[in-house]
Amino acid sequence: MRHNLMETKKLIELLGEKLSSFIVKADKMPNNDLLILIKKESLLSVMDTLKNDLELKFNVLMNHLGVDYTESFAVIYNLYSFKLKKKVTVKAYMEHENPEVDSIESVFKGVNWFERETYDLLGIRFRGHSNLKRLLLPSDWEGHPLRKDYIYPEEYNGLILKREENCK
Amino acid sequence: MTEFALEEMILNMGPHHPSTHGVLRFIVRTDGEMMLRATPDVGFLHRGIEKIAELMPYESFMPYTDRIDYLSSLNCNLGYALTVERLAGIEAPEKAEYLRVIGAELTRIGSHLIAVGALLLDLGAVTPFVHALRERETYNSLMEMLCGARLTHHYVRIGGVAFDAPDGFIEKALSFVNHLEYEFLDEFNKLISFNSILIKRLANVGIITPEKALEFTLVGPNLRGSGIKFDLRKDEPYSIYDRFDFEIPSGSGKFGVQGDAYDRYWVRIEEIKQSCRIVRQAINQMPEHGEIKTKISKPFKIPAGEIYVRTECPRGELGFYLISAGGKTPYRLKIRTGSFSAMTIIEELSEGVMVADLVAIIGSLDVVAPEIDR
Amino acid sequence: MYSLADIIYRRMTETFGASDFLEPLFTIVSYLLPCIAILGIVSLISGALTLLERKISADIQNRIGPNRVGPFGIFQFIVDGVKLLLKEDIIPDAADKKLFRLAPYIVFSSTVLAVIVIPFGGPFIVADLNIGLLFIVVVSSLVVVGFMMSGWASNNKWALLGGIRSAAQIISYEIPVALSLLTVALITGTFSMQEIVKQQGLYPWQWFILHNPFTFIAFFIYFVSSLAEINRLPFDFPEAESELVSGYNTEYSGMRFGFFFVAEFANIFVSAALAAAVFLGGGNIGIDPYNSPLGYKLLMALVFFAKALSLCLVTIWVRWTLPRLRIDHMMSLCWKYFIPISVFCLVLTAAWLVAFKGNGVFWRIAG
Repeated sequence: MRHNLMETKKLIELLGEKLSSFIVKADKMPNNDLLILIKKESLLSVMDTLKNDLELKFNVLMNHLGVDYTESFAVIYNLYSFKLKKKVTVKAYMEHENPEVDSIESVFKGVNWFERETYDLLGIRFRGHSNLKRLLLPSDWEGHPLRKDYIYPEEYNGLILKREENCK
Repeated sequence: MTEFALEEMILNMGPHHPSTHGVLRFIVRTDGEMMLRATPDVGFLHRGIEKIAELMPYESFMPYTDRIDYLSSLNCNLGYALTVERLAGIEAPEKAEYLRVIGAELTRIGSHLIAVGALLLDLGAVTPFVHALRERETYNSLMEMLCGARLTHHYVRIGGVAFDAPDGFIEKALSFVNHLEYEFLDEFNKLISFNSILIKRLANVGIITPEKALEFTLVGPNLRGSGIKFDLRKDEPYSIYDRFDFEIPSGSGKFGVQGDAYDRYWVRIEEIKQSCRIVRQAINQMPEHGEIKTKISKPFKIPAGEIYVRTECPRGELGFYLISAGGKTPYRLKIRTGSFSAMTIIEELSEGVMVADLVAIIGSLDVVAPEIDR
Repeated sequence: MYSLADIIYRRMTETFGASDFLEPLFTIVSYLLPCIAILGIVSLISGALTLLERKISADIQNRIGPNRVGPFGIFQFIVDGVKLLLKEDIIPDAADKKLFRLAPYIVFSSTVLAVIVIPFGGPFIVADLNIGLLFIVVVSSLVVVGFMMSGWASNNKWALLGGIRSAAQIISYEIPVALSLLTVALITGTFSMQEIVKQQGLYPWQWFILHNPFTFIAFFIYFVSSLAEINRLPFDFPEAESELVSGYNTEYSGMRFGFFFVAEFANIFVSAALAAAVFLGGGNIGIDPYNSPLGYKLLMALVFFAKALSLCLVTIWVRWTLPRLRIDHMMSLCWKYFIPISVFCLVLTAAWLVAFKGNGVFWRIAG
């Protein structure tokens, strides 16, 4: 465990060099992971540097998700580098009204469906996405279910969705 | 809408279709036999598991993880348990770890048997599928001995496992893996794996280069079939996998080009062998007596924080991103599955191939609907 | 050569006396009775083959097949037939109703027509046409019309694809079938089925398969091409279950589907019977088929059935062992390999006959 902690320190230094102006905060996550907080406007440049810089080479996007913190939204990206054998988590906050952020599809092609799912379930729009449509829910569904203030609809296209009172 | 040439035809494959693995739907634009584009339409099995996770206490959520991928439920249980344990700072006892590994590897064998069998069934060879199911019956009864359920196991608990191995389980498991590795796989390969018709159907079909695999975030046997030797059990060891000696099979263009459907099929067959090795070693090393589960606090609360843990499921890596706000239930749980990425590449691969090859590609990528839709 | 119809006609004239007035009646009855018998036999054989297929496939797959209806599930096919009869007859609204109804009958009649000239051993042949072999090849291609009709009339894109695929497949594979059968016609100098059977003998070295190396090759080409003709795995692309649901017969239900089904299994028997008669000396046990006691005639029929049945078993065995060929593999197999090989077999057989004055490899023993 100890030598991994050392490596995380080295990673923080390396990232500090390359992305100094963009990082707002860097935190150690459990599981020997590193979380860097950035401003949402610098998302594309950060991703580009992380992927293409020859010493960093975080060329694998493992995961992407969105989170609804009731007063703000956040998007989180998990990246992995074969070269450094380290993971890094990139997080960016945005305001709760009309959440919008750049799509990183131009950098990581495989994030296409991940961003569609985040749009579908949370309502975060991704500028520049090639096909931002609903993925898991039917295309005429209203609302974004994963939001904390989501109200379950009573009916959908004539189907009653509310549980009947005498079914226990 | 794009303009249609007069010869194009739009076909609808699914959602009820004998070939697709679960409830999947493809909208296929074809020009006779050649496909122009196959667009997947998913979401028929969306159950809102991530939203349910925000309502459930950590332990009560465990049965839902069975159903993320019902063909390999023990592995999904394990991934979730590891995530929660790492964030909470709990460690499972020694014997529980060994039981977890034995269960996980047996489940990997069971899942690969079905994956390989379903691919062969789609290609018209019905008999090997039934033979694979026959072997899986032994696996099902083993699981029934261990945890009482044949399909959705719910065996791993936060802090350990639910039950100890009953009498006779170890012997039966040992004879099962011996039979698989030394008798069944040889017969199976002679029957179908080296059959020239199968090689013609699978080789040079659905070629995924290593760069493309990384670009589309493929994981698991799909990534290894393209030649990249990356396995979470060796490269980011979790649980006690660093104590076992096994190899990572990867595609090498056995009968065609590296990264074609045959390589992915062959990687799965080889992984069954490696899993048999791990089970044997785990059985030898497992302590006779020991605790099954560490005690956890009641009510179970986790300190606030976020964590991302990924484990190796038969269909790729299963990643759980857990955000905890210090309460009894998760604040946000994101489940990242291997079939989700595999679906995205099908649309890319479908240009210019025949409809018959689409079935082979879907089968070799081993997508199941519950993993995609959650 | 005398056929069953001739025998019945003669018996009737002997019993009732020849008369100009009753002669057309005798003719009609003497042809009608064997035809009705053939319909019954075809259905029975087809049903028995479905049961055989299910039991053999179960054995290969380590399970037990149907075993509830009768001992070893013998009456399963009767029960299945009754079930199909009782099902609701669904015709899609937008389907072309006339063609939809007509298609199963065309497919079925093409199969049954082929049975007319099959020599069942001894004198049991409905009509010994002197163009018998050619007749079978021609009549088997009628199914193409039936398949295309069913695919088109179903108004279903998947069925249409299946119908087109099957038409392409059958038309292509007719050529190797015809060419391999022609090698035997070269040797015998006639197309008549009874004559072809008569020129073979009891022992394997007297059969045409061992006549010269080229007929040996022609037998295998014929067998594999006939699998393609009847849409069986590994050539069952048109009805590939996992890809097209059921191909050209997706929209059919009840007894209409039953017709397709019975026709497919009867076709298996017809191809096997043809191979047995033409290449394996079907029904010939070295004695005159017409002037021997009834017991020997029945023995000849039994020998023929044994040979045809063993080829049916091989067909079933192959189906449950191999995966399916893709359509472009199938087409290239036919046009790039089978047709050149069968043409060579034909030409080289002709050369052999000229060189060895019409004698086979074992002509000394054959006598």
